[in-house]
Amino acid sequence: MLKLESVDVAYGHVQALTGVSIEVRDGELVTLLGANGAGKSSALMTVSGIVRPKAGALSYDGVDLSKTSPFDIVKLGVIHCPEGRRIFGGLTVQENLRMGAMRRADAPAVRRDMEWVYSLFPVLGQRRRQAGSTLSGGEQQMLAISRALMAEPRLLMLDEPSLGLAPLVVKAIFQVIRELHRRGVTILLVEQNVRQALAVADRGYVLVTGKIALEGTGADLRAHPELEQAYLSTAKAHP
Amino acid sequence: MSGGELLLQQLINAVSVGSLYALMAIGLAMVFGILRLINFAHGDLIMVGSYVALLLMMAGLPFLMAAAAGTAASTIAGLVLERVAYRPLRGAHEIAMLLTSFSVTIFLENLAIILFRPTSRPFAAPALLRGVIEMGQLRVASLDLIAIAIAAVLLLGLTLFVKRTTIGIAMRAASQDLLAARLMGINVNAVIATAFAIGSLLAGVVGLLWSARVGKIDPLMGFNPVLKAFVASVIGGLGSLPGAVIGAYVLGGLEILLQGLLPSALTPYRDAFVFAILIALLLFRPNGILGSTEREKI
Repeated sequence: MLKLESVDVAYGHVQALTGVSIEVRDGELVTLLGANGAGKSSALMTVSGIVRPKAGALSYDGVDLSKTSPFDIVKLGVIHCPEGRRIFGGLTVQENLRMGAMRRADAPAVRRDMEWVYSLFPVLGQRRRQAGSTLSGGEQQMLAISRALMAEPRLLMLDEPSLGLAPLVVKAIFQVIRELHRRGVTILLVEQNVRQALAVADRGYVLVTGKIALEGTGADLRAHPELEQAYLSTAKAHP
Repeated sequence: MSGGELLLQQLINAVSVGSLYALMAIGLAMVFGILRLINFAHGDLIMVGSYVALLLMMAGLPFLMAAAAGTAASTIAGLVLERVAYRPLRGAHEIAMLLTSFSVTIFLENLAIILFRPTSRPFAAPALLRGVIEMGQLRVASLDLIAIAIAAVLLLGLTLFVKRTTIGIAMRAASQDLLAARLMGINVNAVIATAFAIGSLLAGVVGLLWSARVGKIDPLMGFNPVLKAFVASVIGGLGSLPGAVIGAYVLGGLEILLQGLLPSALTPYRDAFVFAILIALLLFRPNGILGSTEREKI
């Protein structure tokens, strides 16, 4: 279980997160919503150990993540698929996947998982020897998710997987997210695509300028009358 | 000597010089690719290895053993350099890293002046490296052929390393996106140390070939090779390994070509002409021959 308790994060004098408490229980799909700059990515970067909290507690399965290196956090099975895909453009699709499986020693299992992600995203299988930079935006996102899956995540953190993609591709990506959830992968999903995210999520949190403004089950948040206008539109970021 | 033979002779010359530049430039490019650090102290690793080899030869060790020890000394020096001087600066500004590399250079060169005295010492290569092979009118220094062969073997090995091994692929991944590499659980410190180790080992090999070619060594001997390697990697595209190699051979070729074409009154200014041509090239391809010009996909 992932637990953030009253976490503060700041970049120099810029406060990114203030007193943020989030819980993701095993097997859950939790979504973290918010407008641009609300602090969603900062929250994920803090969990992966790239950014360190100024205050508060942060743990996964009882391990204090604020004192664990990013390298060891990956070893715990906490895998972060970053915003903007960030695939390795000069590496082939297959090499990208191999990098995802970096810390795994069991070669037959890695090969099995590679075939599995090729079955999730057949287009990647067709392009396994192609450089990542030659893929379309949607295919790059599929590759980014697949690369994260190759790390055998126990907790998978997806940062805006639908950003800038065509509706059909978004649909395919969310289908896979649903499938992963069904298979029992714990997922923390950061999204701006509120409708889609809430449709798949068990629970959700809404971040507004670095603070949790709302939380509830997916159904509760979906039913909330002013969710989008009051909390998520960039124009009215301040409630 | 016929025109064809002259051409072949100069070609061997150019490839041999280019090979030395290439082995140097790779070390710079590997480190720059990951850290955005131009490690000017790379040249001093040549000096370290050459002195260790020379002192061991003077102590009576056979050349090959002394050469192996010299190469090992360069490699260890490179690893110590990374650990002591550069790792504490992880995440620091590029200018801070560049200044550190200058400081390290000044430190190492002055240390060498104190330890080995400032004047040059003769570096007597064994007969095998000093031979001249005559084929008809053609006279080829065996050192040139050996340098070409060694470079070919090392470049092939390096290609297999970065294409096939997990740590080699991780090195390319880290040079493309360091943050993504960390998020995937790539041990960035290990990758960087490996890059330094390989680059320093190559520098050690270059040092021995360079010293054998020049016939003497001195504490400041690393300056010229590192400058040429830097220019080579800029021509090829900073940070690109194939670019560094291509740039090195272009540079070697230009030097030999101008050496042959310039009237003898102008040959002392050969490098000025070489650099003028390179400046012209960079005006048309500011990112070098293989430097990427493409923007990130949105």
